Amino acid sequence: MMKYIFLLFLGFMTLQAQDENESCFDCHSDQELTKEHNGKEISLFVEAGKFSESVHADMLCVDCHEDVDPEDLPHDEELEKVDCSNCHDTEEFNEGIHSAKNIECYDCHSKHEIQFTSNLIENQVDFCTTCHQKPSVKNYTKSVHFATSKDGEGPKCLDCHGSSAHGIKDAKLTEPELHEMCASCHKDAVVDFENSLHGKALSRNQFLAPNCITCHNSHEIRSAKDVKSKTYVMNIPNLCGDCHKDGTTVSAQKGIGQRHILANYSQSIHGDGLFRRGLTVTAVCTSCHFSHKILPHENPNSSINRDNIANTCMQCHSQIETVHQKVINGELWEKEPHKIPACIECHQPHEVRRVFYEERLDDEMCMDCHSRKDISKTVDGKKVSLFVDADEVHGSAHKENSCIKCHTNVSTENNPVCLSSGKVDCSICHAEAVEDYTASTHGQLHAANDSDAPYCTDCHGDHGIKVKADVKSVTFKQNIPMLCGECHKEGGVAAKRYKGEDHNIFSNYQMSIHGKGLSKSGLLVTATCTNCHTTHRELPVADITSSINPVNIAETCATCHLGVYEDFKESVHSPLVTKTDKKLPACNDCHLSHTIERVGEEDFRLQILNQCGKCHEEVTKTYFDTFHGKVSKLGSDKTARCNDCHGSHNILPPINPNSTLSRDNIVETCKTCHPNSNRKFVGYLTHATHHDKDKYPFLFYTFWFMSILLVSTFAFFGLHTLLWLPRGLAEKRKQRKAKKNQPPKE
Amino acid sequence: MKNKEQEIYIQRFDAYSRILHILIITSFLSLALTGMIIKFSGYPTFQFISDLLGGYEVTGFIHRAAAFVTFGYFFLHIYYLIRKLVNKDMDPKYFYSGENSLVPNKNDFKEFVQTMKWFLGVGPRPRYGRWTYWEKFDYFAVFWGVAVIGLSGLILWFPEFFTNLGLPGWFINVSTIIHSDEALLATGFIFTVHFFNTHFRPDKFPMDPVIFTGCVPLEEFKEDRPREYERLINTGTLEERIVNPPSSALLKVAKIFGFTAFTIGLMIIVLIIYTMIFVYQ
Repeated sequence: MMKYIFLLFLGFMTLQAQDENESCFDCHSDQELTKEHNGKEISLFVEAGKFSESVHADMLCVDCHEDVDPEDLPHDEELEKVDCSNCHDTEEFNEGIHSAKNIECYDCHSKHEIQFTSNLIENQVDFCTTCHQKPSVKNYTKSVHFATSKDGEGPKCLDCHGSSAHGIKDAKLTEPELHEMCASCHKDAVVDFENSLHGKALSRNQFLAPNCITCHNSHEIRSAKDVKSKTYVMNIPNLCGDCHKDGTTVSAQKGIGQRHILANYSQSIHGDGLFRRGLTVTAVCTSCHFSHKILPHENPNSSINRDNIANTCMQCHSQIETVHQKVINGELWEKEPHKIPACIECHQPHEVRRVFYEERLDDEMCMDCHSRKDISKTVDGKKVSLFVDADEVHGSAHKENSCIKCHTNVSTENNPVCLSSGKVDCSICHAEAVEDYTASTHGQLHAANDSDAPYCTDCHGDHGIKVKADVKSVTFKQNIPMLCGECHKEGGVAAKRYKGEDHNIFSNYQMSIHGKGLSKSGLLVTATCTNCHTTHRELPVADITSSINPVNIAETCATCHLGVYEDFKESVHSPLVTKTDKKLPACNDCHLSHTIERVGEEDFRLQILNQCGKCHEEVTKTYFDTFHGKVSKLGSDKTARCNDCHGSHNILPPINPNSTLSRDNIVETCKTCHPNSNRKFVGYLTHATHHDKDKYPFLFYTFWFMSILLVSTFAFFGLHTLLWLPRGLAEKRKQRKAKKNQPPKE
Repeated sequence: MKNKEQEIYIQRFDAYSRILHILIITSFLSLALTGMIIKFSGYPTFQFISDLLGGYEVTGFIHRAAAFVTFGYFFLHIYYLIRKLVNKDMDPKYFYSGENSLVPNKNDFKEFVQTMKWFLGVGPRPRYGRWTYWEKFDYFAVFWGVAVIGLSGLILWFPEFFTNLGLPGWFINVSTIIHSDEALLATGFIFTVHFFNTHFRPDKFPMDPVIFTGCVPLEEFKEDRPREYERLINTGTLEERIVNPPSSALLKVAKIFGFTAFTIGLMIIVLIIYTMIFVYQ
């Protein structure tokens, strides 16, 4: 019953209102109804249809326009301003910025077509831009926030600018407000930012410190994936460069060690990838420094801290271990990571290849003390100078390196920082060389604390170290013999402990063909100590891995004498050809090591017989029974010796058709000395002996015939003489006696 | 001391023979020394002598030059013999038999047996004639030696030439052995047996200069070769043979030359014996 009564009442009221408003529309439905206000023509048209759809449709016109009497029309031209606060609580609005700026309710809600708020802002996200036409604000519609707002995710105007439209107090937010606001969705980013270099600066209210908006804009916040975004990977260098390029206030005021960051970056392999090749996978500023968590490299949490840089780089360069296996693969990487150079120590951060990284412990700090000539320390009671000649360092191969790059154990926890920093470990950079050194006799002795053993610096020097290509370097080719000779010359510390037979190596080398090549002919292609013994992996000859071990020496010599090696490899002396448990000759068995001579030299030619004779004892002995051998013993280097007939490196058995002594070649071979050599002539037995009856019966019987003839002749006449002598003497005595007894003739 | 001027001298060797012998001495000494140098080239003493002479190239040259001289006197002597035959100076029969012939005969064997008896004290000293058996041996030894050593030497000198003629290569080796051992025999024989038989035997010691002077004192001749003396008396040709005593200058030169040759020869033989016994294998 009550339901019907309510419905009746409602219907009545509506009818009544329509009736009452009808009289208003009599005039205000006229589209041309205007009035003049402050010199402006204002339309007084009210569209009845729209009004009837508005939230105020049920209300009478006079409910708002209170000063109009429907009974007394037309009413005054100037009416009182409608006061919405009669029905609506406008307290919040009155305190807001819109009220302060004299924005009226109807500016947003309209006058007669008032809709539910949801229709205004919720459904029409860009409603505010109706008034807020400034591009910086209006471009909200281009932002990722706007795009996602439709799904109910992205923030709309009021999500950032106050809980309700009426309460908006100030468009300019304070930094904490801004952070709080951004943090409500982007918590991690904001936390990272607040801890960052930028965030700290901001919290100190430092001039120029960037906030979220600086990089992301206030309203036109685009996704980093959006190519138009300032934070799109292609645009990052420009974004960061806005502050960090040369000439900006930031770069001028802030003590950032790096110079020409942007210019260098654009030249670097990363910049090249980005700008020239259009690669979006290349590294930009934020790849290494990160976007929000930007920290100075001193900070242990910084992505560019020495300890973290490898991980940072490995975001992209995940195969770093395989391409850097010389340094990284192995125990050093796991056990002593501090000894490994950080990526940027070799790959300069913004530039390519040039290595220079300002450390927090800069060289000036070191030189403050070490430039003093009197600075010293005491080791085992001995005074050791700690003076470092800056000029020497600047002229060295390490001039680009900062002190602590080598002196790695320097720590700010010590005072002075270099206290007990120990010896420099060169393996940090020169891993392979040091690995070789450690395996070498030098390294082994050094590991055993032998005071004679040389360390890296003993050969290379320390602060004045120079590259071996530098003529002034102690390791320059021409200086190598002097360097090694210091210990290895006769009487030197190394020579004293040497127990082998090869003495006077230094002076012998100087007289050798290699030594003369270096000192007399000034050749750099000649062999010095290190060419045969290697630079760092010197090992005794007995060591199977030694470069001078008989197994390896041919290949060692082949580094220069390749052509000879090729011949030798095919020869009967090559271990590849002859499989035997007897010792095969290696290069140095004939050419000798330190007394090596030009093969044409007389001494060499005379020596060769002894060398071949070491193994080929029998044929050498019989060679000396023949003319060639006999004359050679008188010091002739002109008669044929082993290599003249057999060849030197290409020695092959005579049954081999390629042998110099094969049936086809022997006549020619003999012709080198005997121009009239012929087939019969080459039948001469160059190694004949008359002691071998089976092999050389002719010689054997000839010899015995001659010997018997000789012996019998001497036997006969020897006896003859022996018998004659006493008889002759007796006769003589008799004669003398007779003479004495005879009186002398007149 | 008897005055030499008063002593009667008998001619034994004509100028040709004496010059020939001087050629033999010089060339033989040179060959022996330079040959031994190469035979024993492995031994420092010989290497030293080689160096002293100017090295293997000089000794090689000396050896070949001396060989040239040897061939020279060899053919000179052949020519001398042929000329004697052709010019009928000599009956061919006289050439191979008779007192002046160097060809051994029955009498030489008889004298050898007598010599043996004399050596053993069971007979008198044989009455030697113009040539004793050992002198004949010496003569033919040289003939044989020059032929054998000379030919094998030529093969070694010109191996290409000889092999080109068809000589097998190994014959060069055979030649080496023959040349070397025959030379050793010759050297050893001359410097010991010949030296003793001719010079160092007690009745001639220290030197018989007859090969240089060509003549011997009559007294000595009578004792040494009584059969020859008798023959000269019987044929009445002794007077023809009497010559002026050699001048003291000639004797002096002969002595210097002779003793030099002795020294060199003895030195060589000492070195050979030393090397053969103590070093050579």
